[in-house]
Amino acid sequence: MAEVVLKDVRKTYAGGVEAVKGVSLDIPDGGFCVLVGPSGCGKSTLLRMIAGLETITAGSVAIGPRVVNDVEPADRDIAMVFQNYALYPHMSVYDNMAYGLKNRGTPKDEIDKRVKEAARILAIESFLARKPRALSGGQRQRVAMGRAIVRKPQVFLFDEPLSNLDAKLRVQMRVEIKRLQRALGVTSVYVTHDQVEAMTLSDKLVVMNAGNVEQVGLPNDVYKRPASRFVATFIGSPPMNIVPGIVEGDGRVAVGGHMLAVADMAPGLAPGTVLDVGLRPEDLEVSGGPGIRLPVDFVEELGATQLFHGKLDGAEMVVQAPTGAITSDTRQLTLTIDAAKVHLFDRDTGARRGR
Amino acid sequence: MVEKRRFGNLVPHLILLVGVSIVAFPVYLAFVASTHDAATIANGQMQPVPGPHFLENYYRTIFVGTSSSTREPVGTMMLNSFVMAMGIALGKILISIISAYAVVYFRFPFRMTAFWIIFVTLMLPVEVRIYPTYKIVADLGLIDTYAGLTMPLVASATGTLLFRQFFMTIPDELLEASKIDGAGAFRFFKDTVLPLSITTIAALFVIQFIYGWNQYLWPLLITTKDNMQTIVIGIKKMIVTQDALTEWQLAMATAVLAMLPPVVVVVLMQRLFVKGLVETEK
Ligand SMILES: Nc1ncnc2c1ncn2[C@@H]1O[C@H](COP(=O)(O)OP(=O)(O)OP(=O)(O)O)[C@@H](O)[C@H]1O
Ligand SMILES: [Mg+2]
Repeated sequence: MAEVVLKDVRKTYAGGVEAVKGVSLDIPDGGFCVLVGPSGCGKSTLLRMIAGLETITAGSVAIGPRVVNDVEPADRDIAMVFQNYALYPHMSVYDNMAYGLKNRGTPKDEIDKRVKEAARILAIESFLARKPRALSGGQRQRVAMGRAIVRKPQVFLFDEPLSNLDAKLRVQMRVEIKRLQRALGVTSVYVTHDQVEAMTLSDKLVVMNAGNVEQVGLPNDVYKRPASRFVATFIGSPPMNIVPGIVEGDGRVAVGGHMLAVADMAPGLAPGTVLDVGLRPEDLEVSGGPGIRLPVDFVEELGATQLFHGKLDGAEMVVQAPTGAITSDTRQLTLTIDAAKVHLFDRDTGARRGR
Repeated sequence: MVEKRRFGNLVPHLILLVGVSIVAFPVYLAFVASTHDAATIANGQMQPVPGPHFLENYYRTIFVGTSSSTREPVGTMMLNSFVMAMGIALGKILISIISAYAVVYFRFPFRMTAFWIIFVTLMLPVEVRIYPTYKIVADLGLIDTYAGLTMPLVASATGTLLFRQFFMTIPDELLEASKIDGAGAFRFFKDTVLPLSITTIAALFVIQFIYGWNQYLWPLLITTKDNMQTIVIGIKKMIVTQDALTEWQLAMATAVLAMLPPVVVVVLMQRLFVKGLVETEK
């Protein structure tokens, strides 16, 4: 096993596109790091540089004690799972898994042992003789995982491995990947643009935007204390509401004509400063007394919860509550929020204005 | 509905049957003519049913040859044609798969230039460049050799283009997975590209075998000895201008024999075609 250390890694493609603009990252041995971000933010590019499939324009990538910038992918001791699985269509499942070992000159009986073992773990023993074409998407996904684990690599790399599966299977495979990674203890880097996957799988969450890292942290810390407006709206579903607010004094912000207490507020903000105030839909509560008054346009029923949609000072606002929890008039809600759950962001830069 | 369908199928089938008869009739006639003796054909008394001289005529054609014009037995001609057709088909597949692999998977200086030069040769079929090609082959002393027969026809762009188009459809991830699995350029070619190309190879083989087998102009120029001539040339030489001198039964037997190998190739390869189509998937 090994840690993965990136130092100011950059990538400029031949056409001049700067896909990764200086990323430094430290993934501990056995850690599960998830790179998440919108389409085109450079997640895959970063992963492919770790794999050695893309040259590194500047900076360094180290796996364990060794800088691997100029090492061939085969010699980096990594295994990769691709979005479309990239199974060899003309080889049986067994051969697909055995191929990498064969190329390394592993003895036949050792290959056999490892393939059988991996097949047992992944419950694909019964179709070792089949061709990938004769498998369902979920089974192919398992074979792709099997191909990665038989190699016993130092690092697993995943590029959106679940995005070709249907929703139910995705949840199931997500749990399995997590369990497998725990059991094997292999350092993993996982790319996704699904924030649920990102939250549930990672013990190190990296949110990327336009080639830069916006925030690195434990998934819960990122959720609770987003470092920027971008992260705030990207992590969490439904996304965080961003409404304009005016600084009234230390620890006080006016939103929609109502005064909110704020626990985490940068000192020295001049009264009258306009800020973006972030309020999570699930953190808003209906108040008995005074509060932010939100006229409700429509309600979405999600079964367990309800989403109340409205507009506050021209900004979209959503309130989430367990079904039936709101018994008052649902055409107009009066809302309050815990001071610890109010997030402030700079209007122009989007940076968090906290302590 | 079913009734209507059946009736609807009848007309197309009739049309197809008429088409097939038109195509098959001359072939049938050639076969019938190859089973009669010379006198019957010359007198115009030939019946449209096979005659009694099948074995005699074919034995003479294959092992002895005609008594005039070309005295070479057709067995030798078929061997020559076969060597030439196989040489062209296999040579073309080999050269074009390798060059297409280079053009698609390697980044080298003037890669696109190389590709366009290959592409341009499409506009220069043998007939256009026949004089310079003849001169070169003659200067190399390759007249009346198998090398002289095949080599100039091996060099062409069609195969390269075909394989290039096919390679472009192989997903990049397969190459990347191979790289991670420790396969270099040669292993990737041998273990992944080649097995996936079987259908394309089969298609190209069929096309090129028939192309090589049917060559007329080039073998006519490049062979001077009777024992180097191909079957297509042989047929031409058997048909003498004074009709009476032509041994029609032998010429017809030769024509029938000349048709057989391409038919065999198509029939055999068709199986592989379908098998390949069913079994591989990218
Ligand atoms: N081979 C290439 N040549 C030039 N530009 C490229 C190349 N590959 C990717 N890019 C560009 O680099 C940027 C980052 O691409 P990348 O594939 O890393 O995005 P991503 O975050 O993985 O997105 P997605 O979630 O859609 O997969 C994009 O703007 C893309 O257009
Ligand atoms: Mg991607």
